Amino acid sequence: MNGRTHPLEAVAAWLLALLWLAPLAYAFWSALHPAAYATSFSLSAPWTLENFARAWHQAPFGRYYLNTVILVVLILIGQLVLSTLAAYAFARFKFKGSGIAFALVLLQLMIMPDVLIVENYRMIGKLGLLDTIPAIALPYLASAFGIFLLRQTFKSVPLELVEAARVEGAGPLQILWRVYVPLARPTYVAFGLVSVSYHWNNFLWPLIVTNSVEARPLTVGLAVFGAPETGVDWSIITAATVMTMAPLLFAFLLFQRQFVQSFMRAGIR
Amino acid sequence: MSDQLVMSSVARQARSHAWWNAVNAWLLLLPAAVLLLAFTHYPILATIRHSFFITRRNGTEAFVCLDSYHSMAADPIFWRALANNFWFALGTIPTSIALALLMAIWVNRNMRGRGFLRLAYFTPTVLPMIAVANIWLFFYTPDYGLLDQLRGLFGFGGWNWLGDPSTVMGCLIVMVIWKEAGFFMIFYLAALQQLSPDLEEAAAVEGASRWYTFRRITFPLLMPTTLFVAINAVINSFKLVDHLVIMTKGGPNNASTLLLYYIYEVAFTFQDSAYAATLTVVLLVLLSTVALIKFGYLDRRIHYQ
Repeated sequence: MNGRTHPLEAVAAWLLALLWLAPLAYAFWSALHPAAYATSFSLSAPWTLENFARAWHQAPFGRYYLNTVILVVLILIGQLVLSTLAAYAFARFKFKGSGIAFALVLLQLMIMPDVLIVENYRMIGKLGLLDTIPAIALPYLASAFGIFLLRQTFKSVPLELVEAARVEGAGPLQILWRVYVPLARPTYVAFGLVSVSYHWNNFLWPLIVTNSVEARPLTVGLAVFGAPETGVDWSIITAATVMTMAPLLFAFLLFQRQFVQSFMRAGIR
Repeated sequence: MSDQLVMSSVARQARSHAWWNAVNAWLLLLPAAVLLLAFTHYPILATIRHSFFITRRNGTEAFVCLDSYHSMAADPIFWRALANNFWFALGTIPTSIALALLMAIWVNRNMRGRGFLRLAYFTPTVLPMIAVANIWLFFYTPDYGLLDQLRGLFGFGGWNWLGDPSTVMGCLIVMVIWKEAGFFMIFYLAALQQLSPDLEEAAAVEGASRWYTFRRITFPLLMPTTLFVAINAVINSFKLVDHLVIMTKGGPNNASTLLLYYIYEVAFTFQDSAYAATLTVVLLVLLSTVALIKFGYLDRRIHYQ
């Protein structure tokens, strides 16, 4: 660890980093310059925000933003509440069948709703929810990953604290709210970041269950907008692409440390 | 006599306490359980049942037992998608893992600009695949795209990278490696930070070369992480299809179709949900096999460390 670094290695590390940033840099270059400069990289090219303005007017991106924000918030709240309750049951209640129930939850880690698109589409159809934002959210509200992560955290809460709360007359839900939830804050932040970035970026399922502007999230809106047959030029497509990823990218730059740590935590399944 | 009375009352109390505990626990589980049953367990069973049916032209369905499986076995596109998935996994996973390990070793050192390097490697991970596909689509555009402009500098003509069956898969693999390597780096970084620095110091004192230390000490200690990442990468490689919708639609001539994308096409473009269910069963079997390896073999190894 922290060993000496050979200068050649440092150069290689930097080259790789620049290579890794290049596609993103290109997207910003093309979005911020007139179409004529989209493919020729001249330093004297004039800067412009017009591509953004035109993209914004050519498709209802305002609506797509709103839909995505509603979707992400809906999923996050649902996941946090449901995972908290379920994790509490698994962490601190002894009951028959808990082992089997937990195994059935963990099954979702391997077979995520992303794979079951055909039957989930039928289910959403039966519920009469096709082409709505709840339709996109429903299959993801019960998150096996969230339940597992919180169960691990809850298990590490000292029983003395729980006992003290019980002596003061707190019931199971009060204990959950006053003891477990505050102590699990770092886990909630980690899970929240992973969840928000996953659902901000999710595409295939929203593509399947939505077909109108009112329900479409940004990713699907971008795909419809950028389809080659729409004949929109590259600068405008890259502007729309930048708009789609900007909020998450911005959040990532701000909370870089938490992001990296939460993904690390997320990995320890 | 009185002892027995006390005993039975304690036992009764304990039993009612256990009963009350169970009721509380199941009430807490109920909301999540309902949704998991509706969107994971029931769909799995429904998929299996549905795979024994066919969709008729008028949209009704008929029970055909294993006929769908026979037609699947005779379906060249299914085999193509399966083979593509295999090559896709083989093309992306080892390279991403090797790059991830290299990145992690670099950003774990006290190198100048470490924070920037970490940021650069990890950034593609947080971008939507659909945005990534848009950006890379431009690189691969014939004549006009960045790749062909570079070729042009050396006097080569334009090439339809995504339109040629011999290059399309390679193009997608390169893009996915770019997208995923930084994600795997995180797991290696976490593992490296848990390794004791004494080992490397001891090796250095013994005069072992850096490469020797890596090969004989660091890499073996990271083996559980490598297996963990590899298993997750395999699962991922079956789920990653967003870019196909934008970049190739599985083409040309199914050269870039992956299994989940084929399922999506069969179900929602060809409206044949029964056959899509048969194909999904194959995907479920594959994922369950990976899951069994993960839980059966891998977890034991991780705990061992």
